[in-house]
Parts: sequence; C-alpha cells; structure tokens
Amino acid sequence: MAFLEARDLRVTYRPRRAPVVKALDGLSLAVPTGTVLGLLGPNGAGKSTTVKVLTTLIRPESGTATIDGVDVLREPDRVRRMIGVSGQYAAVDENLSAFENLDMVGRLYHLSARDSRRRALELLELFDLMDARTRPVKGFSGGMRRRIDLACALVIDPPVLFLDEPTTGLDPRSRLGLWEVIGRLVEGGTTVLLTTQYLEEADRLADDIAVIDHGQVIARGTADELKSQIGGQRVQLTLVSPADADLVRPVLARVGTGPVQDSNDGRTLGVTVADGASALQEVLGEVRRAGLALHDIGMERPTLDDVFLGLTGHATSAGDAAPAQQPAGRSAR
Amino acid sequence: MSAPAGVAPVPRTLGPVAQWFSDGWITTRRNLIKIRRVPDILVFTTLQPIMFVLLFSYVYAGSIDIPGSSYKEFIMAGIFAQTVVFGSTFSGSAIANDLRDGIIDRFRTLPMRPSAVLVGRTNGDLLINALSMVVMMATGLIVGWRVHSSPLEALAAVALLLGFAYALSWVMALLGMSVRSPEVINNVSFLVLFPLTFISNAFVPSENLPTPLRVFAELNPVSALVLAARTLFGNVPPHAPPGGSWTLQHPIPAVLIGMAVLLVVFVPLAIRRFGRITTR
Ligand SMILES: Nc1ncnc2c1ncn2[C@@H]1O[C@H](COP(=O)(O)OP(=O)(O)OP(=O)(O)O)[C@@H](O)[C@H]1O
Ligand SMILES: [Mg+2]
Repeated sequence: MAFLEARDLRVTYRPRRAPVVKALDGLSLAVPTGTVLGLLGPNGAGKSTTVKVLTTLIRPESGTATIDGVDVLREPDRVRRMIGVSGQYAAVDENLSAFENLDMVGRLYHLSARDSRRRALELLELFDLMDARTRPVKGFSGGMRRRIDLACALVIDPPVLFLDEPTTGLDPRSRLGLWEVIGRLVEGGTTVLLTTQYLEEADRLADDIAVIDHGQVIARGTADELKSQIGGQRVQLTLVSPADADLVRPVLARVGTGPVQDSNDGRTLGVTVADGASALQEVLGEVRRAGLALHDIGMERPTLDDVFLGLTGHATSAGDAAPAQQPAGRSAR
Repeated sequence: MSAPAGVAPVPRTLGPVAQWFSDGWITTRRNLIKIRRVPDILVFTTLQPIMFVLLFSYVYAGSIDIPGSSYKEFIMAGIFAQTVVFGSTFSGSAIANDLRDGIIDRFRTLPMRPSAVLVGRTNGDLLINALSMVVMMATGLIVGWRVHSSPLEALAAVALLLGFAYALSWVMALLGMSVRSPEVINNVSFLVLFPLTFISNAFVPSENLPTPLRVFAELNPVSALVLAARTLFGNVPPHAPPGGSWTLQHPIPAVLIGMAVLLVVFVPLAIRRFGRITTR
C-alpha cells in the first residue's frame, strides 16, 4: 500500500444561493513513500479540496483516505501528528510576530518550550525571516507571509508534507530556495503532495504528476510521460524560401509523432516529436545534406497551457465554463 | 533560504490532561499577546468602564433618587454587569476574525485539542473582564461606592459576574463561527445587548418602568445578574420591593442555573461547530 492513498473521494459544496458544486467526483490518488506527487489542474479543478480532505479539514461524503495506514477520516488526530500543511492562503496569526507564530505551532505540536524556540529560530533563518522575526505578521508582504506559512508546515519535519501552490507569490530567489528545501526533505524520506500552476515546478520537484479536472484525475504519469502524451516536444523551423517546404515536409513527417503543421505562408513548419534532441539532430543533418537555407530552427517544450489544452481542453486561466476546444492536430481525449 | 534545514525536534507525547492544559495555555497566551498588541482592547476594557462609573455617578446621581440609599451605590452593580456582558463579545468577533485570517485552518491541522482554541479565546475574555472589574471597583471606591457585605460575599459577586460573562463568551464564540463576520458580531451585540442591559434594573429600579418594559426587565437575565451582584455587595436599597419574577426573587440561584445551562448547551455546540469549520 502506498504511503498516502485516497480512493474515490467525493466532496459536494452546497453554497447558499448558488448552484451545488461537485468539487471532487471520485478522485483517487496514491503517493509512494519518499516521493513527490504534483497535482496539476485548472482553477476550480479540486486541487485545494483534495488537500483539505487529506489534511482533515473537510470530510468527504464518500471515499477513503489513509496516510501510512492511518485512516484520515476515522483517526484525524493521529493523522495530524504526521502532517505538515501549507494551504493556498497563508494560515497565520496576524497579531503575532513571525517568531511567535512558529513558536505557537511548535508548542501545539507539543514540542518542549526549548525545542520549540530553537526550531522557530532555525526556520526563521532558513526562510530568510530573521530580520522580521519580532514584527507582527500584519505588516508582512505577501511573499513573507507565504514563507512564514511554509515554515509553519516544517516545524516538526513531518513524514508527509502538503503544499498547496507553495511558490505562488514568491520571488524567484525564494522559489529556488524552497525547491531546494523540498528537495532535501524528500532526500530525507519525506513524502510530498504539492499543487501547482507551474509545469516547471512540477517538472523539477514531482516524481509523478496527476492532472485533475472537474474533481477527477484525468491523466497521470511522470512529467516526461505527460509531455509525450500531449505531444511531447516540438521541432519547428523557418525556411528562407517557401519553395523548400516540400523537401522538408517528409523529413519532419518521419521524425514526428503527429501531422506536420505549417504557418507563416508555408515558411514555418513544425511537428510534435517524442525525443526532441535526437529529432532535432536528424532534421538538422537532412537540412545540411540538402543544402537548404534556414532562418531559424529550434525545439519547443510544451508549456503548461499546452498540457491543459491537450488534456483538459481549456487553459489554466480559463474558468470551468470555458468551451472545450481541441487545438488542431492534437488527439481529443 | 540557504541555511541547512537543521534537525527537526521530536514532539513529546502528552497524556490527555497534560495536553489539554498545554494547548489551553498556548492558545490563551496567544490571546494575551493580542491584547498587548491591539491597544483598542485595553482602552475599551479600562477607559470605558472608568468613564461609565464617573458619568453615572456624577451626571445622574443628582437626578435619580434611590430611597434609603445613594444612586452611586445602586448603579455600580449595573455598570459591572453591563461591562462584563459586553466584554464577552470579544470572543465572537475574535473567532470571526480568525476565520477570516485563515489561522483556524492551521489550528485544525495541528494535533491539538479542538476545544483549546475556544478555551483560549474565552479565557482571554475572562481575563479582560477580570481586569475591567478591578479597574471599575477601584474607580467606584474612589468616587464613594462602598461594599456593605463581607469580603467573601463581595468576592462571590465578582465571581458571579465573571462566571456569567464567561458562559456568554461561549454563546458569542458559536455566533462568531456561524456568522463569520466581525462586523455582524459587533452589530448583533449592539442591537441585542444594549436593549438587554438598558431595559433592566441596571441603571434604574425596574419598578419605575412602564408596564411592558417592567415585565421585560423582570424576566431579563441581566436583571437577575445585576440584582445578584447588588445583593452580594450589600448595595440593595433597604426598602426595595421584592422582585416580580422568580428570577428576581432568587437572583443568585437563577444566575447560577442560567450559567450552567448556557455552558452545558453552548460549550458542546461550539466545540462541535469548531471541528467542522474551514476558512474558505
Ligand atoms: N467553500 C466553498 N463553497 C462552495 N464552493 C466551493 C468552496 N470551496 C471550493 N468550492 C468549489 O469547488 C471547486 C473546487 O475548488 P478548489 O478550491 O478545490 O479548486 P482548485 O483546484 O484549488 O482551484 P485554484 O487553482 O483556483 O486554487 C470549485 O468549483 C470551487 O468553486
Ligand atoms: Mg486551490
């Protein structure tokens, strides 16, 4: 059994004066010990709801979830001893200082007063908040608030870490720093479930990615598997003379995994490929042999939008109601 | 973010009782820090009662006649009761604020007793009210209020006032979790508590009120609280007529029963509600 396992979770929100929302509609997950699962999905997909169920904040109508064999729904108290949580919105006491927040969390995990203070200082150092340690959080910037919230999740070095969009609002330096911290924790055996809007982040941190939409997992696999599933990489070139297009087309068709697309009056041609590097070399070789003149040639990685467009039919920024458009040349799911 | 993560400490395993006290203390301490940091609370809890005592004992004392006693003596129990009843509303707005800030979600993912947050919060109200009582009694003594009973009875009066307000804090805490808006809590306390404290025997003898108001005042729990405190301080005017309701004929048992009922009903309700609530 995986370290963290969720089966067939269903959560329905029934807001007053608004339509009922099926936030989770039979969602299942499994995260092996010491690995990172990245949850990717458009706004409203159910990422935060999943995190809330697994961190004991809300009870699903049906389904089961276990962490290290402990039933999340039956023994929430035991689960709370094993988890560190940083939700999508910082959960900190505005009136307490950075230090006091961390110390309070430490004491509520039942650390001794000495351990709790020592750990608080250590985390302030780690998250670059030493200078702000005595200031009430009320006056913190968004990124500082985020950092103090992340620090709260690490007070006991929990076996499982839940991070809901942990780097949203962080500057590039803090983002890299956090990635490093998470990387070290995973090396030490921590299991991590993180949600993100950034493919780069999932790529860098996650061993496995689950793409969710409308409360269900619609695709899962490693970052590479997903990328090839949605078309992998793309080789694209721009010719000096459009007359050469007919010579290049068969080459691209041979290395590609889909139909060759052209644009720019037939001067720019592109195709999705499984292995970008070798495809690019092969195309370059053929082009040189034929003596064709190129303006530009390159390899494009799929963006997060490509992933969403390919798998969910709508882009990250679009809401639930966005029409399910399938871009040309990509297989509909 | 360059320093090493360090070695995270290992939590101790506490017994249920030790854990309850530890969690309760930590959340109480959190509220004490807040009291220190948000000066409005201290102003409200110290200056306002002083102002009330001074205003009532100097502005109205001349015009309201209490046969066989003085208005100053009569009014003090009323001011005490009103102040502690209003003091109990902090819990409501504070919990609504906590929900807005998201800190409740943090608490609910920690291995703490779920009741501890509410215990810490209501303890905060209790301490604020205790402070208000000290300030008001000192001011009262300075302007000429006297206790005409034993110190033990006076202490019982203080305990009754604080205890009743403490029970009310739990009602307010539940309200705060239900409406989730500090502003609404403030409005509710204004719209409910002002009539409740003014249409009572707190500031004028209820016998003098027009009939419908008199009936309301006699059944009003605040009247029982005021009369209980007034009795225990020995401040009841000598020829005051007996109360027109059971609660006014037996104010002390009435307050104790009311307090017990509030606690028995609202403590479990509030704790249950806390166990399900999320921020967003
Ligand atoms: N408290 C709530 N009341 C009503 N509906 C809710 C509530 N919380 C979430 N929802 C709805 O449930 C669905 C899933 O929400 P959730 O917050 O899990 O999405 P998400 O994947 O985290 O989105 P985002 O990327 O915007 O954070 C959405 O349609 C949302 O509108
Ligand atoms: Mg979310």
